[in-house]
Amino acid sequence: MSTPLPRRDFLKVAGGGITVFFSVGIPLPPSACGGSPEGGAAQQRGQSGYPSDLNAYLRIHENGRVSLFTGKIEMGQGIITSLAQMMADELDVPFSRVDVVLGDTELCPWDMGTFGSLTTRMFGPALRQACATARAVLLELAGERLGVPPQRLTAETGEVFDPDTPSQRVTFAELAHGQRIQREASTRASPKRPEERTVSGRPAPRTDAHAKVNGEALYAGDMRPAGLLCASILRPPSHGARLLAVDTSGAGAVEGARVVEEGDLIAVLHERPDLAARALERVRAEWEPGPSAPDHEGIFEHLEANAPDPSVYQEAGDLARGRAASARTVESSWYNHYVAHAPMEPHTATVEIRGNRVTVWPSSQTPFGVQREVAAALGVPAEQVRVISPLVGGGFGGKTANRQAVEAARLARSSGRPVQVAWTRKEEFFYDTYRPAALVKFSSGVDPNGRIVFWDYDNFFGGDRSADVFYDVPNLRVRTRAGWQQGSPAHPFAVGAWRGPASSTNAFAMESQVDLMAEAAGMDPLAFRLHNLTDPRMRAILEAAVDRFGGPLPRAPSGRGIGLACTIYHDTYVAMVAQVQVDRVTGEVKVLRVVAAQDMGEVVNPLGAQLQMEGCIAMGLGYALREGLRFQGGKILDENFGSYTLPRFSWTPRIETLLIPRPELPPSGGGEPAITPVGAVLANAVYDAVGARCFTLPMTPERVRAAMG
Amino acid sequence: MVETVRFRLNGRPVEISVEPDRMLLWVLRSDLALTGTKYGCGEALCGACTVLVNGEVTRSCAAPMGSLRGAEVLTIEGLAPEGGLHPVQEAFVTHDALQCGYCTPGMVMGAYGLLVRNPRPTEEEIVQAMEGHLCRCGSYQRIVAAVRTAAEAMARGGIGTGTRLGASAEPEVAARAGGGAS
Repeated sequence: MSTPLPRRDFLKVAGGGITVFFSVGIPLPPSACGGSPEGGAAQQRGQSGYPSDLNAYLRIHENGRVSLFTGKIEMGQGIITSLAQMMADELDVPFSRVDVVLGDTELCPWDMGTFGSLTTRMFGPALRQACATARAVLLELAGERLGVPPQRLTAETGEVFDPDTPSQRVTFAELAHGQRIQREASTRASPKRPEERTVSGRPAPRTDAHAKVNGEALYAGDMRPAGLLCASILRPPSHGARLLAVDTSGAGAVEGARVVEEGDLIAVLHERPDLAARALERVRAEWEPGPSAPDHEGIFEHLEANAPDPSVYQEAGDLARGRAASARTVESSWYNHYVAHAPMEPHTATVEIRGNRVTVWPSSQTPFGVQREVAAALGVPAEQVRVISPLVGGGFGGKTANRQAVEAARLARSSGRPVQVAWTRKEEFFYDTYRPAALVKFSSGVDPNGRIVFWDYDNFFGGDRSADVFYDVPNLRVRTRAGWQQGSPAHPFAVGAWRGPASSTNAFAMESQVDLMAEAAGMDPLAFRLHNLTDPRMRAILEAAVDRFGGPLPRAPSGRGIGLACTIYHDTYVAMVAQVQVDRVTGEVKVLRVVAAQDMGEVVNPLGAQLQMEGCIAMGLGYALREGLRFQGGKILDENFGSYTLPRFSWTPRIETLLIPRPELPPSGGGEPAITPVGAVLANAVYDAVGARCFTLPMTPERVRAAMG
Repeated sequence: MVETVRFRLNGRPVEISVEPDRMLLWVLRSDLALTGTKYGCGEALCGACTVLVNGEVTRSCAAPMGSLRGAEVLTIEGLAPEGGLHPVQEAFVTHDALQCGYCTPGMVMGAYGLLVRNPRPTEEEIVQAMEGHLCRCGSYQRIVAAVRTAAEAMARGGIGTGTRLGASAEPEVAARAGGGAS
């Protein structure tokens, strides 16, 4: 039996019923999680009065319902459903009796944020352990009540009974009623074995779907506290520009408009957001341009010239010996442009200050980051700031930056009214934390037997995730120079985590180069990979993907337009086969079909996992084929979807997803992995179609035409 | 200059004092507190703000109030009866044709608008009609499937509650700016 919790802190939050606190793995340092919560995790934890080593809890309420409280958020990835599935399974309660409370800093203990496909991976095992602990408490209480040893009892649909005398039963509600039990998750409690699970591992439609299809689902911009004013904020024309003079008098021409000037923050507030914007148009400002900044045209030369020294990420053998053993060597450089997150919901926050209580409803992947940043901006203790996370309209890594919440908080304080800051699409493009542009210099070689004998890899600015060499290469060196976490003064604007950070660059360079090597070795793409791979999980998904596609694969270039690529993202394995059609006149690439196989360990919600894979592939078409930010002298030239082209209905290929069930392995997460090989698989397919190798993403029609010569 | 604009919103008459060059999106979301219709781009480039005006699929971010005098406006809030779902909405749920859900109201209205005009669209016609809607989460494949399912359901059971479009006259109830839609 688990030990009662000695700490009194919990009492204020725990309320009645049975509460089990637990820790979601070991939080990664901020540098490793792509969200870069500044200031580090350690000092932030425990600020809400929770013990510093526990960051989630579940409760069996006195009415028999079950709730999970966690600082994670729901942005479409479906954890509101998959976490409930795991709880229903482990606790033997109907799925419909489980509630998931997300991202409320008052109700939930500190959490670092939602990114990096970490939720299921880090949450799953800990949550199951906590549920098993709660279940043990229930069985013990039921044993006392029924006069039966707890080990004889079993639970089902929220009731406990002795299988020998099933008529004698007691409900969870009866057991929890009048209790005030608090425990920590115990490692002595045993979660169910995979074959005992009845809810997780099966498809479950998302629990938030009903509210999302009828317009009731609430996002940060749908919060309307009484007296709300909407803000339009004066923005510089370019990054680095400095305000010389401003004349706000014109704003008064719009009735009801109110100008707020607070240091560098100059805004017009109005009850109606569009009228605030209209008034802001009448504000005259004079700007001094910032120092010269690179343009998108010359960005790779600029980055290469301003790159920091490399650090070695992985090393083995002797490169010189490998070079000497090579029959054919391949030397290439691979380029990947800046890409926007472009969630359909721009950054938004609504803030209300009453007395010394600050309430923030932000569109954010890091509610506790918002709490800290808002508290710091207002100079109040974090306890006075409550962040309540509404649904988030897409994040993809971009909503780990919370500037808009700080702006709304400052304006709410200045104006004495609740304030909403909802960025325009132009502001969203201006302040996005872009996926960094990156280049990879890569040389490698194959011996006369078609074995990869050396691999010398140098990634500038992309980052190291998924750069691990999973082929059997005796002599290798993988180096990286800065990444999305650190940023760099070489970038003309902010960069950050973008769905599958670093990996979409690494997979593109690695898997394109592997195809070049396959051709040099005279082998087809699958045979060459299998010839150089012993990892059984990778071999299995490669074969599964090609089998589903309908192999064997031709040697490239066959003219059929078929490509293959694979990668490992945080222990999730992905293999992808794509077929494309290339218009030889225009250079336009049409993706006809994508087959993706994924091994992500345990799959909690196969429907959700498939949906994430489909979404990854559809979204991935963008960075592979069209998305590349244009900028000049600190100005962001792409300000809306007219010039920055996102994937659309007509681009969507036939997508087939294949999950390799591994219920015995911990879940490794599926929100990001399948987006990372899309650039590579399409580059390989384009090569197979027309014999033209694209070394730069996105593969715009102009670049494909140029590659065809 | 503020003027009085009368139109019908989700089957009920509305009278509102408003600058005629203000866009419907903001009047819906702010003046009338109907937040189901979303802002995504402000330039009719993404479809998140889609509503129906006189049965036509319309981007409310680019629909000036002055153009709506006497019009029938249908928003996501008016598609199904209170608490229920329209077949288009049901099909989106059935196919799990959504993720973050932010583009979903616009998608549903776009799909509904298509099916009212063309009850049996081919897959190409669905793609063509929905092409102006963006979903960054990438649910396109499932949305197409949902629209097909919705077409079948509507063919079986009529076009659902959306028939309140052009519904018979109801008692004139005026809602002022800042008030509700009812």
